[in-house]
Amino acid sequence: MKLAVNRRQLLKGIMGAGGAVAGGLVCSVAAEEHPAYPVASPDAVGMLYDNTKCTGCRACMTACSEANGLPAETLCPIDPAISTGLWDVPADLDSKTKNIIKLYREKDGDNFSFVKRQCMHCLDPACVTGCPFGALKKNTWGAVTWNSSFCIGCRYCEVACPFDVPKFQWDQWNPKIVKCELCFDQRLKNNQEPACTAVCPTRAVIFGNRNHLLAEAKQRIADTPGKYFEGRVYGEHEAGGTQVLYLSGVAFDKIGLPKLGNTSLGHYATKVSSVIYKWLSGPIVVAGILGSVIKRNWKRHEAEAVEAEKETGLPEQL
Amino acid sequence: MLGILSNSAKSLESIDDRLMQCGVSRRAFLQFCSSLMVAAPFGLAITDKKTPEEVGAGIGKVIRPPVVWLHFQDCTGCTETLLRPSHPDLSDLILNVISLEYHETLMAGSGKQAEQSLRDAVTKYHGKYVCVVEGSIPTRDNGVYMKLAGRPAMEVLQDVGGKAAAIIAIGSCAAWGGIPSADPAPTGAVGVADLLPSKAIINLPGCPPNPYTLLGVVLQFAADGTLPELDHERRPKFAYDRDIHEHCPRRPHFDAGRFVKQFGDQGHREGWCLYEMGCKGPDTHAGCSTRHFNEIPDVWPIGIGAPCIGCTEKSIAFRMPMFQVVQIHTRATPPEAYAPIVAPQGKTSLIAAGLAGVGAGALIGAGWVASRKFSNKADDDRVPGIEEDKPEHDASQSEIGK
Repeated sequence: MKLAVNRRQLLKGIMGAGGAVAGGLVCSVAAEEHPAYPVASPDAVGMLYDNTKCTGCRACMTACSEANGLPAETLCPIDPAISTGLWDVPADLDSKTKNIIKLYREKDGDNFSFVKRQCMHCLDPACVTGCPFGALKKNTWGAVTWNSSFCIGCRYCEVACPFDVPKFQWDQWNPKIVKCELCFDQRLKNNQEPACTAVCPTRAVIFGNRNHLLAEAKQRIADTPGKYFEGRVYGEHEAGGTQVLYLSGVAFDKIGLPKLGNTSLGHYATKVSSVIYKWLSGPIVVAGILGSVIKRNWKRHEAEAVEAEKETGLPEQL
Repeated sequence: MLGILSNSAKSLESIDDRLMQCGVSRRAFLQFCSSLMVAAPFGLAITDKKTPEEVGAGIGKVIRPPVVWLHFQDCTGCTETLLRPSHPDLSDLILNVISLEYHETLMAGSGKQAEQSLRDAVTKYHGKYVCVVEGSIPTRDNGVYMKLAGRPAMEVLQDVGGKAAAIIAIGSCAAWGGIPSADPAPTGAVGVADLLPSKAIINLPGCPPNPYTLLGVVLQFAADGTLPELDHERRPKFAYDRDIHEHCPRRPHFDAGRFVKQFGDQGHREGWCLYEMGCKGPDTHAGCSTRHFNEIPDVWPIGIGAPCIGCTEKSIAFRMPMFQVVQIHTRATPPEAYAPIVAPQGKTSLIAAGLAGVGAGALIGAGWVASRKFSNKADDDRVPGIEEDKPEHDASQSEIGK
C-alpha cells in the first residue's frame, strides 16, 4: 500500500483547509456584526448631556469617583499652583478619572461653556473591535465594559478610540484600563442609574433609553430653535452613533467633540480585516513567501551537507 | 430655686408636672424642645417628630431621670457650658428636666451633708440612675492624685458608676483622658471606658461638648431606656457622625484656595480657611460647625478665627501639635480651576533629544565594533570526531580509572 502523501503533508493540508473555513466564517460573521450604520437595540441605554444646563458644579465627578472607588488626582500637570494635594484636579480623563467637566473659554469675549467627557458608549465601538482578546465588550444595554481577566495590556483600545477615552494605569505594577462603564457593575445591575446622572442637580445630564433620549433631545431643539449648535444632536450619527448624546450651545469641535464621519468605526476595522483575511489570502501570501525562502535555503543546505560528507566521510549532523 | 432642688430628691415626677410646679411657661418649654430638635435632627428617638409640640408631648410624659454627676480631674468647663445657654433659661430646665441628685458645683450642701446625699441617691436609685462623669481618673500610684471624701477617684467610680444604669462620660477627659492624659501624663489619667469596659458607656467628647447632646441622650434614656446609636468610639452618631469640614462656614474659602497664612493677616481678618494654621476640622467628627455654643451664632472656635483642635477625636486633641496640618480625606475640587478642552501635551526638549541621539549613536558604534571583531575571527572548521588526540586521551583516562 502506497500513499501519495506523507504524514507531514497530510497535517499541513488539514490545517490549511481548517484555517480557510475558519477565516471565511470569521469574515462573514464580522461583516454581519459591523454594519456601516448600526441601529441601536431597543434596550440600549445612554445619557443625554446638555451643556446649556450645566453649571460646572462637578458633583458628577465626585459622585463618579466615589461610585467607582477612584482616588483623587491631586497633581495637575498643567497648573502646579493647584497641585497642593488638597484638591481633585485632573487635567483630562486619566487613570484616576472616568468622568470630567472641562471648560471652554472663548479667546476674545466672555462666552464660555462646560462639557462633560466620559465614554461615549458607541453603538459599534472601535475599542471593542480593536481589542485582540475581547477584554472590552459591548455588554447588556449597550454599556461598553472592560474585563480584567482577558486584558493583556496592549492598549490597542487607547489607540483605537477616537474620543481618547480608555486610559492606562502607568503608575501601577499590574495596570488596568480605566474607562467609564456606565456604572455597569456598581449601579446599572442594581437597577440604579449611573452616579453622575443621579447626582446632577440641574439635570444637565440625564439617563435613559437611547431612543427616548434622542426624542427628548430633538424635542428640545424643536422647542428652542437657534439655541443649539446646528440644531442637531451629537452622537446620533457620529461614528455610527453613540449611546451618549450631546446638545451644545457652542460648536462641537470647540468643546472637544471630534468631527467624525457617520460610518461606524467597527465597520472600518472589518473592511481592513476582510481585505487582508479574505479567503485567508493575507496569511497564505505571507506563508508562501516564507515557505519559498525556507525551501531555497534548505536546498542550499542539503548541497552543502553532501559536500561536507564527501570531505569528512561523516554523515550530516542536523 | 434651691427649694425646688432640695425637693427633687424626694419623689420622681414627670417633666410636665415639674415644669407646671416651677412655673416654666409652655412657650419656654417648646423653645427648648425646638432647640433639641435642631441639635439632634435625626438619630434620637425623642426628637424624631415633625413639630416641637409633638416632641414636647413626648418629653413631657418622661419621668425625670435621676442623675448623679461626678467630678474628677476636670476644669468644670463641661458644667459651665451646660449652664451657659441663655435662651431659654436652660440652667432652670436642666434642673427641672432631669433630677440632679448630686453635683459638686451646683449643689447647696457641702462636706458630710453632700456625702450623705450621694450615698442616699446611690442607694435609693440603685441601678436606675444615670451617672455623668466629668474629668479623667488618675490611676498611677493607686490613684492617690485625686481623692473624694478620703476615697480615691477610682474607687468612687467603681462604686457610683458600677451601680448606675448607664454612664455618660462628658468631655474629652472623661471619654479618654483629655488634657490630664497628655504626655507625660504624670497622674496616669484615663477615661471611664478604660476602667469600666463592660458598662453601658456613652462618650460625649468635646472640650466642652454641646450641652444639648447630653440632654438628648439623657432624655431618650429616660423615655424608653434605650441609648442612641453609637459609633466605634462610643459617641452617639446623631451628634458625631459628620466631620467639621463638611459643614464648615469657611468651606468655600477652602475650595477656592483662600487660606490664612498667619494669625492677624488680611485673610484671617476676612475669615478665610484656617486649614494651613493647623485646623483639624477635616479629621474631627462633631457637630460644632452647625450647632454653635451658648446659642449665639458663630460662637465656636473656627467662628471666632481659631483653628479647630480636634477635641472630639481621641488621636488628635492633646496628642497632636495644635498647629500641625492634617491630611485631607474628603474630595474637593477648586471652583476656579477647570480642565481645558485639550490638555496640553509635553514638548520634547533639545537636551533630551540630544541625549537620546548620543545613546543611539553609542549603541550603533558598539555594534559595528563588535561585528568587526566577530568577522576577524577565523571560522572554526574542526569537525567533531576528527580530532584524534583528545578522545583517545579521554578513553585512556577512563581505562585507568577502571
